Amino acid sequence: MWADAIVTLIKLAVVIGVLLTTVPIMVWVERRGSALIQDRLGPNRVGPWGLLQPVVDAVKLITKENLIPDGVDHFLYILAPFIALAVALSTFIVVPFGQGDGLTLFGSKIHGFIVAPDLNIGILYIFALAAFGVYSIVIAGWSSNNKYSLLGGIRSSSQMISYELAMTISVVGVLMASSSFRLDQVVMAQTGTWLGFIPKWNVFPQIIGAITFMVAAFAETNRLPFDLPEAEAELVAGYHTEYSSMKFASFFMAEYINLVTSSALIVLLFFGGWTLPGLTIPHGWAGAILSLVIFAAKVAFFLWFFVWIRWTLPRFRFDQLMALGWKVMIPLAVVNFLWVGVAMALGIL
Amino acid sequence: MNQYIPILIFTLIAISFPIITLLLAKLVRSGSPNAVKAEPYECGVKMPTTAYDTRFSIRYYLIAVLFVVFDVETIFLFPWAVMFDKLALFGFIEMVVFLAILLVGYIYAWRRGALEWA
Repeated sequence: MWADAIVTLIKLAVVIGVLLTTVPIMVWVERRGSALIQDRLGPNRVGPWGLLQPVVDAVKLITKENLIPDGVDHFLYILAPFIALAVALSTFIVVPFGQGDGLTLFGSKIHGFIVAPDLNIGILYIFALAAFGVYSIVIAGWSSNNKYSLLGGIRSSSQMISYELAMTISVVGVLMASSSFRLDQVVMAQTGTWLGFIPKWNVFPQIIGAITFMVAAFAETNRLPFDLPEAEAELVAGYHTEYSSMKFASFFMAEYINLVTSSALIVLLFFGGWTLPGLTIPHGWAGAILSLVIFAAKVAFFLWFFVWIRWTLPRFRFDQLMALGWKVMIPLAVVNFLWVGVAMALGIL
Repeated sequence: MNQYIPILIFTLIAISFPIITLLLAKLVRSGSPNAVKAEPYECGVKMPTTAYDTRFSIRYYLIAVLFVVFDVETIFLFPWAVMFDKLALFGFIEMVVFLAILLVGYIYAWRRGALEWA
């Protein structure tokens, strides 16, 4: 019993520690990556290759003056960044990050590298909590008493609910193929190969679903080319125009944590999690560490992919965004799971 | 019930983390507020009205209503998807019928211009 509790606490500490260290690293990658793509230098003064820049930024943000403009709704104004960060942190609990069955620590079973191993609602939990993220943005936009914030908040809520549909429908095909909400079983269903060389990843039979999911992930995390909520040329900074100091930093951190969660979901649902074609991961600690490394490498690739896309595509216009979401993404996502249904009924998959 | 205990702990941590950071920031930061700093962000001109008077398109409401309709659909899809291998062909045909009914509503909304943004 106590050993179980200690194992759970260690897993919690690891997850939170990894999330909170990934954020500054990701900020650094984003800034250096932007510089690389735009043929500039980027931050390179603080520490080797500017690696300590995010630390200095954090110190700056925490010591900045906290300006609360006249006329804001105080309670909601403070609640908004709070919801953003709390929701972003709590979605990661059902994400498995490596193969760890059969391992023991202090005489207690580890039950895989996942904080809540027996939770059978898995991905539903992520979607349920991620939907809360919309509230923080709407509340921030509404309570700030600024027209840029309000317009940014409303745009963002529209965009997020529209793309949430496409996102959830594109996952249906994956659930059909793996018959479970649990993400570790989704990964399990993707081990092995077809014809001996094509990995059994969902991305190959469900390429449409994978693309719609990824596009929706960009929209849900408010990244370019869908960053209309904070389109700086039109809306200053969108819903967090009036936020400063640590409250701004909370939104900022929440955004990057959501980015990590999205990348992890893309990897788990469509790119086989910690599996690699032609590689049988051994049991025991060596296999566990190997699976962790593979998973981290795949997530790192998709994190870089987000940065890469940011400096490759221009921003959409709002009507184009809505037309894409409702007229293209939703029908495509439905076509994806209908195809999976037909293929499974005919025994192809 | 045991399976929800990690969630409870994690939720408590997730809630306390923003509280701690915001309180910490309150302790360290400097502050010298004045009337000019407290004005809402604008181009130097004081806003005659508050943000709550700002008008925005009615289409945002329409999108919200459509979202509710189609989100209920996806909730039906999830348990069906997980049981798909047991429901076999019959379950698939049933879902196609359900989607066909929904498609009528989707085409209606599209034809009436609910998805247009202009």
